Amino acid sequence: MDAFGSLLQGFAVALTWYNVGMMMIGIVLGIIVGVLPGLGGPNGVAILLPLTYTMEPTSAIIMLSCIYWGTLFAGAITSILFNIPGETHSVATTFDGYPLAQQGRAGEALTAAFTGSFLGAFVAVLLITFLAPLVAKFALKFGPPEFFAVYLLTFCSFVGTGKDAFKTIISMMLGFGLAAIGMDTVSGDLRMTFGWSELLRGVDFLIVVIGLFGLGEILISMEEGLAFEGKSAKLNAKVVLETWKKLPKYWLTIARSSVIGCWMGITPGGATAASFMGYGIAKRFSRDGDKFGTGLLEGVIAPETAAHASGTSALLPMLALGIPGSATAAVLLGGLMIWGLQPGPLLFVEQKDFVWGLIASMYLSNIAGLIVVLTTVPLFAAILRIPFSIIAPVIIVVCAIGAYTVHGAMLDIWFMVLFGVVGYVLKKLDYPLAPLVLSLVLGDKAENAFRQTMLGSKGNLDIFWSNPLVGSITALALLMLFWPAISFAWRKLRQLV
Amino acid sequence: MEQHDKRAAASRGGFSQRTAETITAIVFFLIGVVMIVDNYTLGAGWAKDGPQAGYFPLRIGAIICIASVVVLLQSLYGKNRSTKAFVTGERFKLVLRMFVPTIAYVLAIQLAGIYVASVLFIGAFMRLMGHYSWLKSLVVSISVTVMLFWMFEVQFLVPLPKGPLEALFGY
Repeated sequence: MDAFGSLLQGFAVALTWYNVGMMMIGIVLGIIVGVLPGLGGPNGVAILLPLTYTMEPTSAIIMLSCIYWGTLFAGAITSILFNIPGETHSVATTFDGYPLAQQGRAGEALTAAFTGSFLGAFVAVLLITFLAPLVAKFALKFGPPEFFAVYLLTFCSFVGTGKDAFKTIISMMLGFGLAAIGMDTVSGDLRMTFGWSELLRGVDFLIVVIGLFGLGEILISMEEGLAFEGKSAKLNAKVVLETWKKLPKYWLTIARSSVIGCWMGITPGGATAASFMGYGIAKRFSRDGDKFGTGLLEGVIAPETAAHASGTSALLPMLALGIPGSATAAVLLGGLMIWGLQPGPLLFVEQKDFVWGLIASMYLSNIAGLIVVLTTVPLFAAILRIPFSIIAPVIIVVCAIGAYTVHGAMLDIWFMVLFGVVGYVLKKLDYPLAPLVLSLVLGDKAENAFRQTMLGSKGNLDIFWSNPLVGSITALALLMLFWPAISFAWRKLRQLV
Repeated sequence: MEQHDKRAAASRGGFSQRTAETITAIVFFLIGVVMIVDNYTLGAGWAKDGPQAGYFPLRIGAIICIASVVVLLQSLYGKNRSTKAFVTGERFKLVLRMFVPTIAYVLAIQLAGIYVASVLFIGAFMRLMGHYSWLKSLVVSISVTVMLFWMFEVQFLVPLPKGPLEALFGY
């Protein structure tokens, strides 16, 4: 099998002392970042990205992707022990996780959550291993119109995911607008710089991410006046083994959540939607459905498995098509461009070592991650007990350093502060932030695909319907765009009849 | 309760969620207008070789305008418009307690370099907000900063903004 041979080659790349070391560092950093308020997947990766400029791309992506896995694992720790979802995708984990901790069964809940996460991620990695090369191979036939159609589909499918479709659209368009600032790469014209030379190089997405998710989050935590009063985390080998004995009977829940997660990860539904859906469906089909919310292991496994499966499979479209399925994946994609790699289907042809090294590292790092979290939970729970008046200024210092190191420009720190305020307001008003990041990273690429298409067709929009492939992608995109309106009309119609 | 919140917000200088929605929608609308105007002057039509530089951003600006008008109308006349407070005066004071020192910190970075500024920022924040003793505040703030210095300047060789103090030590 082709994929299998390449995978073995990937293991040869990933299994060096240096790369395994990077993996461990990444996972530990990821858990710390995930546990702390104000730091999370997208901005944790964004802050550390400048440190990898000089690293070999394969080692760099292994470390940064491990930070991502670490943050996914960390969500469960804060949800179960503190009833505070560190990340939005772990909100559903609090429903049954915290009651379990209150009953003194935190160890069981954590073990179940971590193992579920591990299994969900494992299914997603298998999917990436065998499906991603095929998708990439298929996408090699894509020309600019097909690529623009796929971008369109990605953006349109976001519209239905937020609470308010128009707010999602605004957030997304602001991302496009920010991406357009600076020198236009095609014509050399200056766009929206307003005669300000500092804006020539544009607004870097890393600065925006650090501000929106870092400072913005800190301001929100400050307002909520968080007091962390956690349950103790006793986790020993006996509890772990006993919980593992109980897990096989939940195989159907795990399988269902994995499938939901993978689907939501590849289409940009995201880990948050996946975890809620995993929880909801498990509740509907479970024999103990009415007892959900009182502290059932099943209620912890279902959302965690789905969240991890989704978070992991979000890397599939990123690798195969150059289109990230989540905010963190979008930041990782930005990293690829910074390291000088061209994201897209050609990656599988031109950068075999990189792609397969990364995929192989996903297997290894999930096993490593499971071991790390199971053995060191109390340590990370202790981090959350550090008083906010120490943690908050330190996080702001780290954000400022992260913003400065992107270009070594003082102005970027001010931009970071500005986007912190923007993030605070948008978050309070329920504007989703992920679409903004996604369109900021992909904005130029989507625009270039559009321009190249128009160059070929001499300005005729019919080109998006010119063959069955591009036509069906465009149709699907429009369907997704108008989905909120269609479902609204459908509901009204059913009420009338 | 909600009524109470609203009154409380008004009396303490906070404002309602609805006002905040309205203001942000208007700001976004203006951003959209700026985008349209700027890109129109740049040229947003068709050149011989395809769309001009302003073609794409102008349309993005137009979409922002349309969507922000919808959000504005929703916030003014929508069915489930919220009357709760966006942030109460008391809570907002907490936010300012974080935000004002942050601004002071960034200013200090510009004047004294990031390391001196970080020691002052972390130390002062711990002392004033957390009511730690001077000694504890200093120990924590200095050790965190030294660790950052070691990591960035020594390990990763990434230069951060420095001021007169670092110059004394030859950095």
